[in-house]
Amino acid sequence: MKEINELVLPEDYKYTAEHEWVKKDGDTLQIGITDYAQDQLGDIVFVEFPEIGDSFDKDETFGTLESVKAVSDLFLPVGGEIVEINEALEDEPELLNSDPNGAWIVKIKPSDESEFDSLMSKEAYLNQLKG
Amino acid sequence: MNDNIVAKGIVQDESLLWEKGKKGKEGFSVPKNDVGSFEVDSDLLGEGPDFPDLSEVEVVRHYTRLSQWNFGLDTGMYPLGSCTMKYNPKTNERQASLPGFAGSHPLLAEELSQGALELIYNLEQHLCEVTGMDAISLQPAAGAHGELAGMLIFHAYHQKKGAQRNKILIPDTAHGTNPASAALCGYKSIPVPSNEDGILDPKTVAELMDEDTAGIMITNPNTLGLFEDNILEINKIVHDKGGLVYADGANMNAVMGIVQMGKIGVDVMHLNLHKTFSTPHGGGGPGSGPVCVTKELEKFLPVPRVEKQGDKFILVDNRPDSIGKLHAFYGNFSILIRAYSYILTMGKDLKKVSQYAVLSANYIKEKLRGDFHIPYDRPCMHECIVNDKLQEENHVSTLDIAKRLMDYGFHPPTIYFPLVVSGAMMIEPTETESKEDIDKLIEVLKIIAKESKENPDMLKESPKFCRMRRLDETTAARKPCLTG
Amino acid sequence: MRYLPHTEEEISSMLKVVGVKTLDDLFPTIPEDCKMEGDLKLPEPMTEWELNDHMDSLAGKMGSSSEYKVFVGAGSYNHFIPESINYLLGRSEFSTAYTPYQPEISQGTLQGIFEYQTLVARLLGMDIANASMYDGASALAEALLMAIRITRKKKVAVSKAIHPSYRKVVETYFHPTKYEIVEIPYLDNGRIDLSSITNVGDFAAIAVQSPNFFGVIEDLKAVKALTESEKKTMLVTCFSEPLAYGLYKNPGSLGADIVCGEGQSFGIPQSYGGPGLGMFACNNKFMRNAPGRLIGQTTDLEGKRAYVLTLATREQHIRREKATSNICSNQGLCAMTSAMYMASVGGTGIKKLAKVNFDKTEYFKSELKKKGIKIKFDTPTFNEFVAEFSEGFDKTHNKLKEENIIAGLKLEDYYPELKNNYLFCITETASKEDIDKLVQEVTK
Repeated sequence: MKEINELVLPEDYKYTAEHEWVKKDGDTLQIGITDYAQDQLGDIVFVEFPEIGDSFDKDETFGTLESVKAVSDLFLPVGGEIVEINEALEDEPELLNSDPNGAWIVKIKPSDESEFDSLMSKEAYLNQLKG
Repeated sequence: MNDNIVAKGIVQDESLLWEKGKKGKEGFSVPKNDVGSFEVDSDLLGEGPDFPDLSEVEVVRHYTRLSQWNFGLDTGMYPLGSCTMKYNPKTNERQASLPGFAGSHPLLAEELSQGALELIYNLEQHLCEVTGMDAISLQPAAGAHGELAGMLIFHAYHQKKGAQRNKILIPDTAHGTNPASAALCGYKSIPVPSNEDGILDPKTVAELMDEDTAGIMITNPNTLGLFEDNILEINKIVHDKGGLVYADGANMNAVMGIVQMGKIGVDVMHLNLHKTFSTPHGGGGPGSGPVCVTKELEKFLPVPRVEKQGDKFILVDNRPDSIGKLHAFYGNFSILIRAYSYILTMGKDLKKVSQYAVLSANYIKEKLRGDFHIPYDRPCMHECIVNDKLQEENHVSTLDIAKRLMDYGFHPPTIYFPLVVSGAMMIEPTETESKEDIDKLIEVLKIIAKESKENPDMLKESPKFCRMRRLDETTAARKPCLTG
Repeated sequence: MRYLPHTEEEISSMLKVVGVKTLDDLFPTIPEDCKMEGDLKLPEPMTEWELNDHMDSLAGKMGSSSEYKVFVGAGSYNHFIPESINYLLGRSEFSTAYTPYQPEISQGTLQGIFEYQTLVARLLGMDIANASMYDGASALAEALLMAIRITRKKKVAVSKAIHPSYRKVVETYFHPTKYEIVEIPYLDNGRIDLSSITNVGDFAAIAVQSPNFFGVIEDLKAVKALTESEKKTMLVTCFSEPLAYGLYKNPGSLGADIVCGEGQSFGIPQSYGGPGLGMFACNNKFMRNAPGRLIGQTTDLEGKRAYVLTLATREQHIRREKATSNICSNQGLCAMTSAMYMASVGGTGIKKLAKVNFDKTEYFKSELKKKGIKIKFDTPTFNEFVAEFSEGFDKTHNKLKEENIIAGLKLEDYYPELKNNYLFCITETASKEDIDKLVQEVTK
């Protein structure tokens, strides 16, 4: 397990209490899981994606991550419509372990931009982890 | 390592079936065609499956070699908690293979099935006596199937009363099958946390139980190996709100002749004949999971029912309130034969079975004290739980301890269950293990506790003397290869 | 008692360690008002020979195939079982093991079931098969629930020519749910009446059995064409006689999405209907939606090929109420038995065996026809078929029973419209002589 000071958490991402990150990408938002989350889950073996075009409210479950002996729900940090899924993860879910900050899971078109603004900064997230 | 307790053996390698053999070999006495050949519709005619061709001797050797890579109960002690791996008597196998039973077709007239029907009837009666329940169906093919039957009975009961409910209480120590079975009937599981003693607190149950809740599913003794002391009070709370009480009988081996579930307010329960009643587990099945109910709920049991009419036994289908059929025929009949054979052999000594099972578990718990942490330190039932808390400082986990046990010739206990205990090792010796073998297990666990201090890295590398080293389960799940 | 190994001395020394005086003191946490009074009212323990006598007498009250000629199949088939299989099943390393949770010491079960999964997938023409379900009936119920999960539709179409017990079990599983079962009638030729399915797109699945309960081979190509006409309606096929695929095209090659059924025919004694073997197969893309255990291939630390339980995240012990099924124990040893059987019969042997079953049945049919008995459905069958007799055949049927011959299954009990129709089954175990005698008796 990594110590908190070993975690790589980009400055310009927003974070959630469920250990997901959100990154602005033009009109869309990328959603992924944090270095902390991947470290806790261990080897991720499968990602269950939503379908493109599905819409979810903020904090609704939009998919699951599976490790060998556990399943975790993925919660959408900002409500919106799924516009793209990261197909590379279908064959290589291990990218979530090796490159958590690069391996986005879905891209969404947010229905309410302000939900993005209210997410945690890196600093706030780190404080939560230190809890 | 102590030479007495090291497992070693001559073990052959063996490839997959289809990597052996050559077209044209025969492992089967092909029947003669004495009627001439008839034409097959060419549109429907297939190519036949791509099976290998092997001779009889190759098949026999293949499976004999495979068998030698397996650890079975006859190989050694198998203290898997919650699984009741007791000795599987050999006479039971003889009874199940009697040609009269083994060669019997399930749809023959009742007068040609009297032996089977009588056996089913008698076994139901005996199991009623052991559980204190009023009526039993032997149709469910496994414990989870019995649970499903039980939940269907809950559903039918509330439906009949005219007010279906949508929730069910399930303690946090329960087996995963409980919520999964309830979900099949549309019940949402409401987890009930256990208290610091590892049992249910009636207050918590009272807070959660309401008139939208169908009832509660309790495992008693629970999966921590503890008897739910407050069972009478809990049952009353649930009944007062119009709910039913379900008892998961997975741990019945602790209380035969000690507690009759039907007498303490349980409405529905299932048994696992492949646990408590000595039928072999078969590497995963077949089992048998009879569902047992009170008089009031008898009308909901699966059909057909076996009834006695004079000195004849009959099958009765006409039960309008029944939940229906759960199995194409009458369940895993040959497993029923074995359980019946066991009960006739034991008689009222079944009480001794439970006493000895509880004695052995408590004995192990006391002997391990000091070497392993005991998370719930009170008298246990037929299984005891320790964990890896004392080994943590050396970074040795329950998994390492379990794997190391194999090097010493023991099957590991159940590990990482129940989930409420971190790093749980659940040890269920059963009544059929001799004191000598139990003492050996204790000795080996103490050696491993010592090794974890002196040589923790070696434990991480274990097992070393089994046919396989640790397996790459991650790749198996990432890139599933389910057929060859 | 020979299964209880403790001596009195050992018991006292163990009690001492535990810190109690008597065996009764071992239960201090059980409230007194929960404890049972007196002894269990069970028969006196029997000696081994007393038990043998008792069981022999019960087994003697059965009309089993050793003394009777039983020409009934209907989901339970009398096929010859090689002695080598009985012998191998006596290996207690297989029978007395638990579910292979510790792969390092369970490679026998694991490789054996991996081979079973492979042989079943090959037999049915599917990508993958699971490690088994309880029986053909519950496998069908689970297959239909799986189709509902995948398609998110709420209705299934179930052919009336599916085994009546299988349909009843499906009803039981569906009863507490909000899902609907629509029964599809059969045609005069014994096949499913596809024209009665309107709005095929509303259905999660169309379920057919082939060979069906009447022994009739369904036109799966036509059913597939119908399911394909709408997005996301699945073709679920089931069977009770897998030996048919030694002769006829398998359901996978005809487009089935899920195939399930009963594997008892493959080396498993009839045993009054159980245990049987629920075979369950599907295509790769549905793998993670499948119920039941799966064994996968991997390697150990040293790179040696090995097998392990995998994709466990679908199962109840991890996913709890969201699991793909509540199944836990399956029919492991029966799966192993059927793999031994498939390996013994072999690819060449299964074709010969299936053809012999077919030929003998066709011979019986042709002899009946010669005597003027009507074969109810004029469609290809495997080793079962329906014959229609004239009014009053019941008496002949009962009289033959007295002579230890079971001349078919009376269909009226299952299909009231099929009065005087009987379902017959002929396997390799019936000789020409047996068949000739049967023809003679039923046409007297």
